[in-house]
This record gives sequence, structure tokens and C-alpha cells, in this order.
Amino acid sequence: MATLKDYRMDIKPNWCPGCGDFSVLAAIQKVAVNLNIEAEDMAFISGIGCSGRISGYVNAYTMHTMHGRALATAQGVKLANPDLHVICAGGDGDGFGIGLNHFAHAARRNVDLTYIVMDNQIYGLTKGQMSPTSPQGMETKSSPGGNPEQPINPLQMALASGSSFIAQAFSGDVKQLMSLIEQGMQHKGFAFINVFSPCVTFNKVLTYEYFKKNLVNLDEKEGYDPSNRAMAFNMVEETGSMFTGLLYKQERKTLTESLPKGSGTNMLTRDTFILDDIMKEKLISRYV
Amino acid sequence: MEELTIVIGGEQGEGIESVGEILTKVLSQKGFNLYGFRNFSSRIKGGHSDFNLRVSSGREIYVNAERANLLIAFDQATIDLYKDQMAANSIILYDSKSVNPNNFADLPEDALIIEAPFQQLALECGNSIMKNMVAIGMICGLNQHSPMEFKDVIKDRFSKKGIKIVEMNIEAFEKGHDFVKEKGLYSIPLVPVTDSRKMFLSGNEAMVIGAVAAGCRFMAGYPITPASEILENLIKIMPEYGGIVVQAEDELCSVAMAIGASFAGTRAMTATSGPGVSLMQEAVGLSGAVEIPLVIIDTQRGGPSSGLATKMEQSDLTAMLGGTHGEIPRIIISPSTIQEAMYDMGTAFNLAEQYQCPVFIAADLVLATSKQSTEILDTRKFEMDRGKRVTDEDLLLQEAKVFDRFAFTEDYISPRTIPGQKYGTHHATGIEHGETGHPTEDPINRKKMMIKRMEKINSVTIGEDIKVEGVAEDILIIGFGSTYGAIKEACEQFQASGIKAGLAHLRLLHPFPAKQLERLVSMARQVIVVENNYSGQLANVIKQHVQDHAKIQKLTKFDGTLFKPSDILTFSKELV
Ligand SMILES: Cc1ncc(C[n+]2csc(CCOP(=O)(O)OP(=O)(O)O)c2C)c(N)n1
Ligand code: SF4
Ligand SMILES: [Mg+2]
Repeated sequence: MATLKDYRMDIKPNWCPGCGDFSVLAAIQKVAVNLNIEAEDMAFISGIGCSGRISGYVNAYTMHTMHGRALATAQGVKLANPDLHVICAGGDGDGFGIGLNHFAHAARRNVDLTYIVMDNQIYGLTKGQMSPTSPQGMETKSSPGGNPEQPINPLQMALASGSSFIAQAFSGDVKQLMSLIEQGMQHKGFAFINVFSPCVTFNKVLTYEYFKKNLVNLDEKEGYDPSNRAMAFNMVEETGSMFTGLLYKQERKTLTESLPKGSGTNMLTRDTFILDDIMKEKLISRYV
Repeated sequence: MEELTIVIGGEQGEGIESVGEILTKVLSQKGFNLYGFRNFSSRIKGGHSDFNLRVSSGREIYVNAERANLLIAFDQATIDLYKDQMAANSIILYDSKSVNPNNFADLPEDALIIEAPFQQLALECGNSIMKNMVAIGMICGLNQHSPMEFKDVIKDRFSKKGIKIVEMNIEAFEKGHDFVKEKGLYSIPLVPVTDSRKMFLSGNEAMVIGAVAAGCRFMAGYPITPASEILENLIKIMPEYGGIVVQAEDELCSVAMAIGASFAGTRAMTATSGPGVSLMQEAVGLSGAVEIPLVIIDTQRGGPSSGLATKMEQSDLTAMLGGTHGEIPRIIISPSTIQEAMYDMGTAFNLAEQYQCPVFIAADLVLATSKQSTEILDTRKFEMDRGKRVTDEDLLLQEAKVFDRFAFTEDYISPRTIPGQKYGTHHATGIEHGETGHPTEDPINRKKMMIKRMEKINSVTIGEDIKVEGVAEDILIIGFGSTYGAIKEACEQFQASGIKAGLAHLRLLHPFPAKQLERLVSMARQVIVVENNYSGQLANVIKQHVQDHAKIQKLTKFDGTLFKPSDILTFSKELV
């Protein structure tokens, strides 16, 4: 039986008191225990940013990669060993700025992993520049006259890219956050969870109070059908993305299931190997 | 006669490639040693391409000959490109439908120039597209090979397209064959010395075979000339061996995917060229910092930027040596023959796991795309050494909550666990870290970690770190990669004229085999470093490691064309 103790590290996170990322950390650890995943069977891959440090606070096989490349790395891990439970996490700059390309392609590729973005609409680690999700007009260190650009919409981006599981959560509601992470981890395929995770130090606009006041809970909304893609697009428009809950879920083949027969059946993660004569002949036959 | 060079050229799409494939298949089966290079000339309108095949009855060859004995021209460009490169008493066959004999002014006087109706004969069989089969028939007749073997290969090749197509192609072949027989044309026949079974393949194909035999089971790549073939070939065959190949969205992803797969324990690689190497640099640094094995093939091509994408260059050496910010351990192996390209993959994956760092295969365009006859794959040369893996039993004894993945040890190499192993959990981060992998800025730890990482590779050797041939008392010629063939033949020509020449071809470029090279340099009167780049990247590296700078002369070439043995002879004469 996995316990919370297994997942805890004796390291104090270097996050500011009140940072939304604490809740995400706690939620991931609790869900892993709830799902009874042993620490050695979890691979937790993160990007660079305040949020990216999260993998170092969990005891599992964890990797803190490069700015924007967490998803690329995490897909490699899962493809190599499908028995692992793979979680990937990072910030809004990491996932929707420098790493946006991988986000779109991971979504359509549908490798079975859970991608959690701690979206604080700001660059936290570099001390407060605007991010791709900062609202237009928001003043930051790199937009002193207000952000001149329109923000990206990660949910519509995920929908358009073919993500098979899309949800949004809020660090201020740990119960729902946990529930969505749990559903994401149980989903077979690429599961994307965007978490409003306030930066209490550099984002004075999108605060806990702001989210508490404005968020609608989709999970409690009558008549909403998360298997309906058109409805999902509409819901994002209607609410201006200010909602939490499961937006969209679809069952479809993962990449491994779509690859040619035999793919991934002998990844040699631990064994050694030598070509036998039959396989050797097969290998060289086209060159003799 | 011991050898023969056949060139066939035309516009792309005229079936030049098929001629090469059929011809080489037959000749390889007969036991000849072959070297084939396909030249794409983007300078000439119409997309000219030609295939240059050197056939040797005995010894192995590693470079094209400087002169052709038989030239088949479907287009004018073939004549223009090769008219100065014809051997004595050569034969030139041209198609008057597409080549104008009025432009033949400066062809060699002793050449036998024959108008051959390739297109006409093909049309008589039903389709002008088969003029390449007519050409094969003519080559077969001229060289007095038995038509049987050619017909078998042609049948094989077209059998999927149905009996009708097979018959048409055979007929075209026969028409070509009859044409030269009726005219009484023939050259002196070649007879192979042995009939031993051989492989005939390109460097790219050799590296693919090598990767599979080495136990690589994950590859991610992004298309780029001339490395795409590696991705395409691996995608075809990897599933048969239980592995996975992914075409990623870019090189940033492909290299990161490989690192992820390697973290999970699989032998993983990527293959790229020029611009892709630039994009991968940050990830190379991560692999070095987190001590995760990684194998990268760089089939170097003309740079910088988009450069000369289909042309030869060896100008990524400094990028491979120094690319990425900060300092990391890395290993660079440079194959110089197709056979080495195959076995180097085994070496690369073993070293990557033993030393837990990135390993580059410094290939180049000519090595990647030219084809050579090579001995049959010897699987015994691929014993997997997975490095310092910790067993589950040992982990159970230790029962550590967090495994010391980056433990300081005597040889600086830390025992490694992989996901799934109980009591092996740890953190891998590009941030400076302590023994468990968790971040620390402590100066004492920092210094120790840097020294551990940087010095762990000092003991690396691939056995023959420098390939030495001949006694280089007068002239020592140094190079790396596919220039080996040209250098080797230059040495032979020096020796034939009484000059004591030898070569030192670098097979391990990093860590640099300085001591051995210093000794070789000190014993030679003259040292020439031959390389395909502008600044003499290899020569500059050598100067960092070898005392006697004045002796070292750079012979560089960066116009996209290949070194010929005569370039080296001429350069050396100018020096004296
Ligand atoms: C290639 C590269 N460019 C820039 C940086 C500097 N950098 C580190 S984190 C970061 C942005 C972090 O923002 P976000 O991803 O939103 O994470 P947060 O800190 O807000 O959690 C930047 C620009 C880097 N580490 N690597
Ligand atoms: S700067 Fe912002 S994002 Fe970073 S730890 Fe502090 S509160 Fe969190
Ligand atoms: Mg952020």
C-alpha cells in the first residue's frame, strides 16, 4: 500500500507562502496514494519555472527538464515504459509560451499521460513578466503600459489539437482539483488539466479572490455534456474560460495503440539482448 | 584490369537510382567490392543527378575513382560534369534525343563516343521510362557479364507490379544488351577475386542496422537531409524488434523524447544534421548535467544556416565539441567507413550507458549516403554493457528512501536506477545538485560535482582511437570521417613514388587521444590535416593538444565538392 509518507520529500519548497502551487503538490501526492500507485511506479517530469520545481518535492522517479520541453521528455518516458504512471507539470510560460508546440502535438499524439499546468498568468520565476495567458491590458514588468497582446486560450488550443481529456481546476478548491487530477490519471490518453494557481507575489490582478468570485463550476452545471466537443468550445466562449470542472473527454486510441504491430513490446529497459541468427538474417537481408 | 568506374547521369526522375540499385545488387552478389555515390547537382537546371560506381575485383575501396571508364549520359550535364574526368580509352554512350553532340568539342580524343538510342529502344518496348533498363543492358553487354543474373534481379524488383511490367523491363534490358553486342562493343571484363557474401549499404543504413543490433529501442527524429533515411529506415524495422520510432514535431522534441526514454531505461537515440544539431544543444547540456545516456547521430552537411543541404561538409565539429552553454562531459566518435558506422553504434550505446553522458556519432554526408561493400554483420561485436545498473536485490538491502543517484565514487561514475525499481527513486535536474539529485548551491558540492562529471570520461577509449596506416616519416595525413578513402589512396600514391607517407584517422574525437597523436606528429616531417570546412576545425583542435604547431598544415575544402587523392598530392607538392 502506498502512503503519503512514501511520496513526501524532506525538502521545503522554495515557493512564496500562499503560492497556489502548494495545493497542486499536495493534490498530486494524495491522488497518487488514493490510486495506490507505488512511488517507484510514478515518473514525474516537470519544466522550468516556480511551478517546474514541483517534481523535486515529490519522492518518485522525477525529472526537472528544460524550459518548455517537459512534455517532450515525458512522452519519451511513457513510450519507453507503459507501466509507469507519468505526470508532467509546468507553468503557463513553460507550456503555452516556449513549449506551445509540444503541447499541441502531445495532445494530438495522445500518449497516455497527465499534463498539469499551474497557470498563474505570469512569469513567476523570472520575477513578473507577462505570460501568454496574461490578460490584455495587464501591467507587468515587461508590459508597463499594459499587455498589448491578446492572450492565448489553452482550453480551446487543447480542444483544437485533439486532447482527449480537458479539465480546469483552481488551487483554492483542493477537493475538485484532486478529483480532476484523479480522473485525468485514470483517463487512457493525454489528459490536460489547467489549474488556476495564483502567484501571490507578481500577479495582483488574478488573485484567489478574483477566481473565487468569478469561477463557475461546470461539474455542477445541469445539462452540460463533456463528450460534446461543440458544447465544450461554446462553454469556453460563454464563460470567458472562467470555469472549473471537466470540459471534455473522449475515448480514443493512444499513440502506442496506433503504432505498427510489435511497437513497444520489447523496449529493453532492463534486459540485455543479442540478435539471434534468424533476426540477424532478417535485418541484413535487404542489404545483401 | 582490377577496377572500373561507371557513371550514369541524367535528370532526376529518369531512373538513375534504379540503375544503381540493380547494378550494385548484381555486382555485389558476384563478389565485387563496390563504392557508389549519388551526386545531386543543384547548380544545374533540370535537377541533374548522377550515380558514380567504382567496381573493384579485389581490394576494398572507400572512395570514388577520379576518372570514369564508362559514361552513360541521359543529359548534357553529365557530359559537362565528367568530360574532364574520363580515363584513358573510355567509352561514352549518349542519347541524342537529349544530348547534343555539337557540344562535344573537348571530350578526350581517345574516348569511344557512341550514340545510343536509349529512349528509342525503350519506346519500342512500350514506354520511354524504361531507358534506364536499356542502359543496364548495355552496361551488362559492355562488361561481358552474364545477362541471367541481371534478369533475375530485374524480375525480383518488378514482380510486385505484375508479369506484364516484368516482361517489358526484361525486353528493354535485352534491347540494350543486343545493341552493344551487335556493334561488337565491349570493355575488358572484370573477374571478382572472391565470391564471399557481402552487404552493400549506405552509412545511414549501416547505422540503422547497428542501432538495432546494439539494442536501441527508441528513436525520435525530425526529417532533415541527409539524416532522414535513418528515421525512415528505423520506422520500418523497429517494430519487428519491439521498439518505437516517433517522428517528432521538431528537433527540440526528438532529442527530449530520447532523453525521456533513456531516463526510463531504454537505449534511445536521435539523428539529425546541421540545423537540427543547433536546436538540440540545450538538451545535450541536460543529458550531460543529469547524467542520462543519449546517442545523437550528426550526418554533417554544408552549413551555416541552411547552407548546402545536399553537399558534403565536416563543419559541425566545434558544435559537437563545445555546443551547449556551460561545460559537460561528452563523447564524440567518428566512423570513417560504412563498416565502422555499423559497429560504432554498439560502441556509442555502450559508452553512453557506461559513462552516462551524451555520445555523438560524427558522420558526414558522404559517409551517410555513399554505399560500400562491407563484411556481413557480426553480432558478437554487439555485446550490451549497460553500465553501473543497480540490481533490485542490492536496492532491497539498502532500503534508501531516496537513492543516491549522483553518488561520488572513485571512478566518478554513479550507480544508476531506473523507474520501476523499488528504493531507487531520485530526482534528476539540470540545476546543480547533490548526491540525491536535489538542488544545492553549496560551493564545495558544486566543485566536486563538476569535477566528477567532467573527469569521468577521461578513461574513455574505443580501442582504436586513431586509425594508423603506413609509416609517416615524411608525411602524416590526418583526417576524420569519410575523407579516409581519399587520404588512404593519396598515401598509397605517395608510397608508390618512394615517399614515406602514412595516415592517422581520428576515430575518437573527444576525449581527444592527445598522447598518441602527439607521438605520431613528432615522428613525421610534414603533417597535413585534411577536412571539409573553412577554418580547419580539426586542425585547430589538434593544435590545442599537440606542441608542434608549425608543422601542422591545413588542407581545407568548403565548396561542397569532395576531396580527391590528387588534391592531397598537389597540396603536398606545393608545400615542399
Ligand atoms: C530557454 C530558457 N529561456 C528562458 C529561461 C528563463 N525562465 C525560467 S522560468 C521562465 C518563465 C517561467 O514562467 P512560467 O512557465 O509561467 O512558470 P512560473 O514561474 O510562473 O511557475 C523563464 C522565462 C530558461 N530557463 N530557459
Ligand atoms: S513568485 Fe509567484 S509563482 Fe513563484 S513561488 Fe512566489 S507566488 Fe509562487
Ligand atoms: Mg506562470
